[in-house]
Amino acid sequence: MSDPAQIGEEELRERVRALLDEVHPETTASIPFRQKQYEHGLAWVHFPEGHGGLGLSPKMNMVVFDEISKHSKVVHHDPPASIIGIGMGAPVVLTYGTEEMKKTLLPKIFSGEEVWCQLFSEPGAGSDVAGLSSLAVREGDDWVVNGQKVWTTVAHLARWGMLLTRTNPDAPKHDGLSYFVLDMQAPGVEVRPLYQITGEAEFNEVFLNDVRIPHDRMLGKEGQGWRVAITTLMNERVAIGGGGSKKKGGGATAQLLKLWQGRKQGATTPAQEAMLRDRVTRAYIDNELLRLTSQRARASQKAGNPGPEGSVSKLAQAEINKRMWETAIDVMGADGLSFEAGYELRQSAGMPDSVEGLAKYQFLRSRANSIEGGTSEIMRNILGERVLGLPGEPRVDKDVPWKDVPRS
Amino acid sequence: MAIDFTFTDEHEELRATVRAFLADRSDEATVREQMATERGYDPEVWTQMAEQMGLAGLIIPEQHGGAGYTYVELLIVMEEMGRALLCAPYLGTAVFATNALLHCADETTQKELLASIAAGELTATVAHAEPNGRWDLGGIELSATRSGDDWTLSGSKAWVLDGHTADVILVAARSDAGLSLFRVAGDAQGLTRSLVPSLDLTRKLAQLEFSGTPAQLVSSGDQSEAFTRVLGLTQAALAAEQVGGAQWCLDTSVEYAKTRLQFGRPIGSYQAIKHKCADMLVETEFAKSAAYAACFAAAGDEPDFLETAALAKSACSEAYFHAAADTIQIHGGMGFTWELPVHLYFKRAKASELLFGDAAHHREALAEMIGI
Repeated sequence: MSDPAQIGEEELRERVRALLDEVHPETTASIPFRQKQYEHGLAWVHFPEGHGGLGLSPKMNMVVFDEISKHSKVVHHDPPASIIGIGMGAPVVLTYGTEEMKKTLLPKIFSGEEVWCQLFSEPGAGSDVAGLSSLAVREGDDWVVNGQKVWTTVAHLARWGMLLTRTNPDAPKHDGLSYFVLDMQAPGVEVRPLYQITGEAEFNEVFLNDVRIPHDRMLGKEGQGWRVAITTLMNERVAIGGGGSKKKGGGATAQLLKLWQGRKQGATTPAQEAMLRDRVTRAYIDNELLRLTSQRARASQKAGNPGPEGSVSKLAQAEINKRMWETAIDVMGADGLSFEAGYELRQSAGMPDSVEGLAKYQFLRSRANSIEGGTSEIMRNILGERVLGLPGEPRVDKDVPWKDVPRS
Repeated sequence: MAIDFTFTDEHEELRATVRAFLADRSDEATVREQMATERGYDPEVWTQMAEQMGLAGLIIPEQHGGAGYTYVELLIVMEEMGRALLCAPYLGTAVFATNALLHCADETTQKELLASIAAGELTATVAHAEPNGRWDLGGIELSATRSGDDWTLSGSKAWVLDGHTADVILVAARSDAGLSLFRVAGDAQGLTRSLVPSLDLTRKLAQLEFSGTPAQLVSSGDQSEAFTRVLGLTQAALAAEQVGGAQWCLDTSVEYAKTRLQFGRPIGSYQAIKHKCADMLVETEFAKSAAYAACFAAAGDEPDFLETAALAKSACSEAYFHAAADTIQIHGGMGFTWELPVHLYFKRAKASELLFGDAAHHREALAEMIGI
């Protein structure tokens, strides 16, 4: 066999066609097709040979996708439930897992046979994840874990969990953590839906009661869990400056403008209407600024000269989005009093079809934008300290045994 | 068309050259010295800007003796001038009057004036706004009177950039053709020019009184559309200048927050100050995107240029003012003193926000254009 590093784009395309000769997405379901795709090293071409890849540059993954879509009307994309497993689980297993783990776990992550979830956040550890308090105690060849995890997407579907837990309460907080691959079917693992402001459950709570994990399911060494977790988080697919719609006045702005055009006539005085119109225009401008800033970030990234414009979008987008849907409700006026979708507690059901229903839903859902994935307050600290170089706050939890740090 | 926001190595060189020049010729002491004069700028520096740097004729085509650059180069220059708070008749001469000549004036007038502007031999301005306080075309009420081939102007013009010193004044006025552009000599008979005691000392404004002042008609046909574009182009350049000022505020605030100690630690380590700086960063970066978009759209002659210019003037006006206001707050008592230059930026921020219409004015204009 030729040296995989020598595979050029043309040869890669040939290999994709060879795969398609064997199985075709139009006649094969997602799981069996993706199993074969993995076997051919066409799952993640930047992974090593034998582990779903060919040792190529990550950019070459686009070639695979491109060639498949050239020859097939059906493309088996990453299954939505597998996004965490593929984006975070696979890289961490590849980096820290044993050969045995790679052989057994990676193919099923890619195929979609096994869903993964991430067990980091806890009720007492939100922004301060490293302060978490679930505890694993060593008993022979096993660890016995007790604690509670929260904000766990797809936990109810997951076969495996990436568990960050404390193994040494006497060490300072970052040094006493270890990282495990947790069997979500093990006795003592209990998953409960976490109902949110809209009545839906996008997330779960996971309770761990005397759950036994074999020692050989630890990723990285004992006490190195934080470093492994950082690898996981770095692989989180954060689109660079991904904010805003691609098109001028597109995306959410278009919905708001549609609401504005269809507003009830005569419900407000001309002066009130002028004030509302200014808020709608502001929302339009804000979203344009977001779009233009993402575009500018991509240009400077491409020119090899990335500036702070790439870092500001998370904070800005969260605040802009909240403000925009507040404006949308106010445009509806009294009609904002009704909530047709109702609050029946349920699994996540997707977004309402009507623009009014969407606005009401987003008005509630967008509150989380400035909390999830880093609160706006934490984002301001990051911008202040990492981008502007301002000094950090004095830390009371540094170099202190975790067990001595005050907790709520 | 998507704007590509790409700057070349030559662009970066231009930025570095202009920044070095301004560090030398527009340092704080010079700004304070010039703002206290009636003229408001140093003619020797203006000559250097024209002759050595080619800045006066930056966007004037080569056939008229200029450098023939685009709005991408202009945005870089404006940003640096805003950062250095340069006292010079640049916005009036090299931006507003130059664009008015390029878009509204006949060829003869272009030939006569543009080369002299590029050479730094002549300053010019546009008299557009009037005491009615409006910035849109509807506010232009001054009408020209014709007798034979000769025209005279009577009435008032307000807030004219460097109107008290400009060698040539281009007057937007009403004629039987609609909106027309007239040329008036700075020392014309029947023209009274008075310096306005301005909020922002670093940019001089004048009130002009015309009474039977002889004027030369230099446009043909109604200029409403062309002049609207000239206003948009001037706003886009001003937006880039505002971004330069906002960036100065951010840099200065961050530097101060790192070095000023209270309660035993740098004030920038407190979230109250750190978060103010972070918000200033976000707003400045967003304003930069808007100003760059407008100037790239001008350079590329994009069909939605006027929308982008309105968006930029609105976003950059607010960003600069917020940045300047927070810079005073972050500097505490010192920020309120005459001694620190912060107040100079604060005043420039508010004045450049009000010039050519404030943020709300441009939001309204944008809303009209896109049908909100």
